[in-house]
Amino acid sequence: MPIPVRVVSVERSLFEGEADFILARSTIGELGVLPRHAPLLAVLAPGELRVDKTGGGSEVLFVGGGFMEVLPDRVTVLADVAERADEINLERAEQTRRSVQERLAGQVGTEERVELEQALARAEARLRLARIRRGGG
Amino acid sequence: MPSLRDIRNRIRSVQNTKKITQAYQVVSATKLRRAQQMVQATRPYAEKMLEVLQTTAELATEYRHPFLERREGKRGVMVLVTTDRGLCGALNVNTIRAANRVMNEQYPQARYVTLGRKGRDLMLRFRREVIADASNLPDRPGIADVLPAVTVALEEYSKGNTDAVLLGYAKWVSTLRQEPVVRTLVPVELPKREEGKAPAADYIYEPEPDEVLDALLPRYVETQVYQAVLENKASEHSARMIAMQNATDAAADFIEALTLNMNKVRQASITTELMEIVSGAEALRQSSQ
Repeated sequence: MPIPVRVVSVERSLFEGEADFILARSTIGELGVLPRHAPLLAVLAPGELRVDKTGGGSEVLFVGGGFMEVLPDRVTVLADVAERADEINLERAEQTRRSVQERLAGQVGTEERVELEQALARAEARLRLARIRRGGG
Repeated sequence: MPSLRDIRNRIRSVQNTKKITQAYQVVSATKLRRAQQMVQATRPYAEKMLEVLQTTAELATEYRHPFLERREGKRGVMVLVTTDRGLCGALNVNTIRAANRVMNEQYPQARYVTLGRKGRDLMLRFRREVIADASNLPDRPGIADVLPAVTVALEEYSKGNTDAVLLGYAKWVSTLRQEPVVRTLVPVELPKREEGKAPAADYIYEPEPDEVLDALLPRYVETQVYQAVLENKASEHSARMIAMQNATDAAADFIEALTLNMNKVRQASITTELMEIVSGAEALRQSSQ
């Protein structure tokens, strides 16, 4: 029994189709959704979102945070900044990670530190995902 | 009396202007279509977001997020969306006037976050306090382009430095009509659920509803600002299209008037020349007799 899945960001719709399994990373851990999952609303952490499509193949997306709503008849992901894995620019991600790390090494306030750490997590998740896609790393 | 050549040059110059305004009109029409598509593209996200937010807010009734708390006070931050470029009629003037009216009446202690060069420049000239700005936005702005400025406004509210955050922009009604809209962003006023529509589901929350609400509310506000920016783009292109059409029409009228004038001058000079020839011939005839 496939579940209709929709992944949307504010800017555009990223994925629409049927899936057998969805793997997401929530703020308190990894989260897998199979058909007949109980209604759920989860806050997503920056990381990858895997949708195993019905009939084979899977779509891997990068989400920079967001929400996942699981209803008996459908799943909707509201992604903050979503990118398809093959769209991720490896160089830019690496650059972001370095600059954030450098800033973290210096003196920063608590609030800024939290923000920077989030940025770092995002950059690292992006990199990880891009490397997986390229089959290297 | 201008000479024939002067008028001819003038006509040529107006014709060139007309070509430019005509081209700009076509460009605006294309950009308008694209801007409308972008507004459309945000709908699914925004609608789902609202639905989830309504459900969650109903569940987390004991929890009062600061964004839902009303504050008495006269301090306000206005997020003012305007265009970066001119040549779009009274669009920006109308938005700014509407925004200032609300601020003067309800929040005399006003500060501004400007999205768009026109609004920023005008606010600075009026010596208003501009606390953040995002100008020269690309034709297809991403949410990342507007987020920093919005975050500044929201932080002011979280820190208790302001009693409300407002939003002002030009709503797109039709190609011919754009309306200035000013509304309150924070405190957040959730629209009532449509009649007969039951809460979507009894969710399991991960983490707790309170925390989900914490994450949802700022994003809801950000989405609204982003949508306003896109809609303002659509309004901008509509207004510019109409302005350019008017300019093209005016140029056509002007060319017609000039052509008429040119013909009159030409006719007058031909008449004068004829008179000279005739009177010269007459004089010759008389002297030969």
